Amino acid sequence: MNDHSSQDTQPRREERVFGVACSFRSVAEIFHAAERIRDAGWKKWDVYTPFPIHGMDAAMGLPRSPIPRVTLLGGITGFVTGCLLTWYTNSFDYPLIVGAKPYWSVIYPFPVLYECTILFAAFGTFFGQFIFNRLPRHHHPLFDVPQFVRVSDDAFMVVLEVSDPRFGNPDKAYDFLASLGGQDITLVRD
Amino acid sequence: MAHASEESTANREILAKVRPAELPRPSLVLNGRSFHWITEKVCGIVEEPTPLWWKVMFTMALCLAAFTFGGLAYLVSTGTGVWGLRSPIGWGWAIVNFVFWVGIGHAGTLISAILCLLRQKWRTSINRAAEAMTIFAVCCAGLFPLFHVGRVWFGWWLFPIPNQNGIWPQFRSPLEWDVFAVSTYFTVSTLFWYMGMVPDLATIRDRARTWWRKAIYSFLAMGWRNGNRQWSNFEMAYLLLAGLSTPLVLSVHTIVSFDFAVSNVPGWHTTIFPPYFVAGAIFSGFAMVLTLMLPLRAIYRLHDTINQYHIDNMTKIILATGSMVGYAYATEFFIAAYSGNPFEKFAFINRAFGQYAWAYWIMVTCNVISPQFFWFKAVRENHALVWIICLFVNVGMWFERFVITVTSLANDYLPSSWGYYSPTIVDIFTFFGTFGFFSVLFLLFIRFLPLLPMAEIKSVIPQADPHAH
Repeated sequence: MNDHSSQDTQPRREERVFGVACSFRSVAEIFHAAERIRDAGWKKWDVYTPFPIHGMDAAMGLPRSPIPRVTLLGGITGFVTGCLLTWYTNSFDYPLIVGAKPYWSVIYPFPVLYECTILFAAFGTFFGQFIFNRLPRHHHPLFDVPQFVRVSDDAFMVVLEVSDPRFGNPDKAYDFLASLGGQDITLVRD
Repeated sequence: MAHASEESTANREILAKVRPAELPRPSLVLNGRSFHWITEKVCGIVEEPTPLWWKVMFTMALCLAAFTFGGLAYLVSTGTGVWGLRSPIGWGWAIVNFVFWVGIGHAGTLISAILCLLRQKWRTSINRAAEAMTIFAVCCAGLFPLFHVGRVWFGWWLFPIPNQNGIWPQFRSPLEWDVFAVSTYFTVSTLFWYMGMVPDLATIRDRARTWWRKAIYSFLAMGWRNGNRQWSNFEMAYLLLAGLSTPLVLSVHTIVSFDFAVSNVPGWHTTIFPPYFVAGAIFSGFAMVLTLMLPLRAIYRLHDTINQYHIDNMTKIILATGSMVGYAYATEFFIAAYSGNPFEKFAFINRAFGQYAWAYWIMVTCNVISPQFFWFKAVRENHALVWIICLFVNVGMWFERFVITVTSLANDYLPSSWGYYSPTIVDIFTFFGTFGFFSVLFLLFIRFLPLLPMAEIKSVIPQADPHAH
């Protein structure tokens, strides 16, 4: 099953390697494999699944996503922008008396401040997600792996990356993945 | 401590003796479908050759949409007078249609955001289409106030850009709040919808056979790779957007209701408006979701993914919000009577028994009486009947906005300046054309984008549980 001698597993000379990939058949298998890779101390690796698996972040030992900070920053920026906008336009640049309301207060334009807060927080979240995920990126070594197209359908894949200090040489990585029950172990060329 | 542990041992003994029944959760996807089945089902809709019914419907929708754009072109070249607006009724169908369409949109955000926060997993199979409905409904809604300003080429005055006299918009007006509320709502809904769609677009990209198809879906999918490090950020961002959309959706219809409630007109100047508008919006929106999803379910045979459990839940929400709306109608009458304000009392008696009584009773029949049929299981399981009741709700909610807008303006303080409003043919064409415009957008959506969120549905079926055996 784990055909080490096939052409696909051996890097040719002067070839850059991204890592080693293998497939798992079920959610439970990949979940337990992830726990064991985490426990072995790997840092540069990832699990590729058609949907987010519940509890996988803990199984991989991932820290909490940093997105909420960007959201908060966006929200604060939005609120301040709303305050500056309403103050500058209605109180500073062209003061108008309307409806016996003050030139500026936090009360009368509150709906505007509220909407600006939400708008900027949403922008922060949206762009934060793409920035932290390093997207858009249309070329990636994984897109050249034939089995990878099935990952967005029903396949489960683990990739150990060469940049991890534990990687050593591909053979060691193959053996490790094989010991976890991984199948179709392939070399991912950079 | 000892006492507590004794108690827990006793409890355990009792539990062992009575063996409580395990209540099975209703399945969200019937017939034990696999991950691949879900992919095939959803991608199949996008990948199959364009069906004949789609071409026919699309042509019809385009023709119908032409009425809106013809009507608007006539209005721009002539003036807003073509809309049947005259003193004392300056807010006719334009505002009625605006509130109607914005309200329709609210169910989409409710399903995608509030039900997400409440961990209602049944939302997964309908949220994508409901969010699309939200965005397209807001597109239709936006047309009306934009053209109602009269000289539409000055529409940019609504935004904080100084005009040639250096004058800015003034933020004390609820109408200006509305500009911010609706444009934020549209933007955030679109971001949320698109971000949720990225993994599914990647699935379509990976299955694409032709170069063009691959190029377009690759562009849209942003190079998504399904890695768990990406999913981790994605899920956090999705949850946060749901959290941001929840206060947003409640604020949008609240601010729409401020357009009325901040004024001094009898029948409008009430504090009940914000919750009453939000409940009505969710009510009409769910009716529209069912109006759209029941035919789609039949055409694409989505019976396994949108099953009786989903329909039951939606009809129950319609029943609950419909009852809230009915309760709000009653409260308005009570408060008007209790207020001791003769103008307020008159406004409500006039609604029910005045010159627009016909509209009021259509509203009550459709909104208060028709959803009550959903108490009966037999009705909820008869999908033709569900669809018809939903149509009634759609009609009723349009009439609710008509009753609120027109009756209060037609008969306010001075009997000498009372009037009777009726729409012109241009009003009627422009409004009915928006159903065509909406259908054009919705048909394009079901043809080219994933109708159901594949990744989310896959994550709620039993095979997705890492601890299942």
